[in-house]
Amino acid sequence: MTPALPPAAPPLSQVPDTLGRFGRFGGRYVPETLSAALEQLEQAYDEAIADPAFASELDGLLSAFVGRPTPLLFAKRLTELAGGAQIYFKREDLSHTGAHKINNTLGQGLLALRMGKRRIIAETGAGQHGVATATACARFGLDCVVYMGAEDVRRQAPNVRNMRFMGAEVRPVESGSRTLRDAINEAMRDWMGSVETTHYIIGSVVGPHPFPRIVRDFQSVIGRETVEQCQRQLGRLPDTVVACVGGGSNAAGMFYPFVDHSDVRLVGVEAGGRSGKPGDHAASLSYGSPGILHGSLSYVLQDADGQTADVHSVSAGLDYPGVGPEHSYWRDAGRVEYTSVTDAEALDAFDLVAQREGILPALETSHALAWAMEEAGRRPPQEILVVCMSGRGDKDAAEIARLRGLSADGTSVPA
Amino acid sequence: MSASSTAAGPSKVSVLADVFTTLHTQGRAALAPFVTAGDPDMETTLAVLESLDRAGASLCELGVPYSDPIADGPVIQSSYTRALAAGFTLERLFELSRQATQRVKMPILAMASYSLIYRRGIDRFVADAKAAGLTGFVVPDLPIEESDQLDAACRQAGLALVRLVTPTTPPERAEAIARKSTGFLYCVSVAGVTGARTDLPAGLIDRVQWLRTKTDVPILVGFGISSPEQARAVAAVADGVIVGSAVVRHLAEAANQPREAFLHGLKGYVGDLVAATAR
Repeated sequence: MTPALPPAAPPLSQVPDTLGRFGRFGGRYVPETLSAALEQLEQAYDEAIADPAFASELDGLLSAFVGRPTPLLFAKRLTELAGGAQIYFKREDLSHTGAHKINNTLGQGLLALRMGKRRIIAETGAGQHGVATATACARFGLDCVVYMGAEDVRRQAPNVRNMRFMGAEVRPVESGSRTLRDAINEAMRDWMGSVETTHYIIGSVVGPHPFPRIVRDFQSVIGRETVEQCQRQLGRLPDTVVACVGGGSNAAGMFYPFVDHSDVRLVGVEAGGRSGKPGDHAASLSYGSPGILHGSLSYVLQDADGQTADVHSVSAGLDYPGVGPEHSYWRDAGRVEYTSVTDAEALDAFDLVAQREGILPALETSHALAWAMEEAGRRPPQEILVVCMSGRGDKDAAEIARLRGLSADGTSVPA
Repeated sequence: MSASSTAAGPSKVSVLADVFTTLHTQGRAALAPFVTAGDPDMETTLAVLESLDRAGASLCELGVPYSDPIADGPVIQSSYTRALAAGFTLERLFELSRQATQRVKMPILAMASYSLIYRRGIDRFVADAKAAGLTGFVVPDLPIEESDQLDAACRQAGLALVRLVTPTTPPERAEAIARKSTGFLYCVSVAGVTGARTDLPAGLIDRVQWLRTKTDVPILVGFGISSPEQARAVAAVADGVIVGSAVVRHLAEAANQPREAFLHGLKGYVGDLVAATAR
């Protein structure tokens, strides 16, 4: 039941405004060279969503190409272990390419076609967005260049290979921390010089307006399906919904259809890394402060001058010093709780879910799973807790084996 | 809030206007080099600024190192990285600026990411810049839609807020940007990041001439200009030339040679550019 809101407070879902503001967050802080392209994108998007043919083409792809709707699965043995609330998984890991990222790349790929742009660039951290972009480009016949931090190229090698198999060019980025943040910088620089012929498919709900809105909208299929599935399968909405947050696209897509249902508790889980000390984690909403990074105002991990801080996470997809502006808005409005989970806790959750549910979750997702396991044990059995299983963990298997000193076949290496 | 501009001497915008008036009567265009603050260290930057001033630079852009400069190519990006690694802070920037503005006659503008300005607080950043004797700002990642607060603070402090137009800016928008620009208008020569290029982009001269019909504010052209030949061609139609990466490339070599030799080389290079700005 949603209580009536006082007239002075519009529903939290009625954002952003025409300047791309989510409350005080968001906006468009970019070099003038990109202004016209962002205007063009906003216009193309507004026209597309008013065009039934666009929705019908995207829905068709989401169904036959991605395999949507993704199921809502009861995690029986994990629920038994936690000994409390019933845990459900929203199975984005079953999407084509193994994560939610494809929902956005197909939508933006169609927008690129509408704008007549035949070259696509993208950044990627874990490689899931890179693979999803390469996939959309192969499907649509578009040229594709993916920027990826050199450190991430190393730790997510299977995804790099798969991007190349689909005809994408992967450009390792050697500057800075050689991770997601640097990949975004390089993609932006490419776009500065190619903007008239190239569309930048940004992979999360970050960046200048209108990207946070567009990515959220394309990812909201996750939350819409979850609302519908909960009502149909369980007869009611869940008590708690949890998702991991790096830039925050799976969380934004999951949460957005729930934000006006104020009785559903929403929890975003950030990367707590090794510790709460600066440089040891990537938890922008937990430890950051308002600042401008990559074109929008949001919580950022930064020093006293506003220089972006170095961050760490075992998970390449969460290893980012910023977060989408709508999450900052939800945080300050008190609508979504944000917490963090350490590398070690996430790795433990990976094992538990692998061994008790027969699913290898992505390391990003494992952060949400770790929190969900703890929390389920504290809640009564009649409660329902839905975890966004944002991606599968095949890409992480080799890195996890390396971190544990295991051989490639997963056995211990004799000392 | 800082003291009003009248209490602290003439508005810096009018100081800048006087520079362009003088250049105009001399039949010359401005030569505006860009230098990264703190690369390789603050002492060198101070010496470089004095050297540029003596070489005849009309004004200078002092680049404020930022960790994620998306409008900059590899030369300036690397320069920022070196300065940050060498311990650059905003406190040191303002200290350097205080010393520099006392020693040189050319106006110095800070080229700073809005990320840094926002973080420090707009009023505080502007007050600090004014106290340090800076003339104004170029903020490469602040489009007109987001600039009201900084604009108001700069106007109150009498500092210039230089706006940028680019080849991708539609004509009506370019006029709106020119109307808001104070001090001068920065005409970006190419769609792309900073960095030296061998040729002037096609259409640049026409674009400057078109802008000239739309605004009275001085027009300076930057991005990609490194040679006296390019400077001469631009100076024929614009009020000035900005040279960035080509100057910064000299800084990258500063560590490998005696300071006097490096400064001598830089002064010679900039002197040739200054000579090319005579019409």
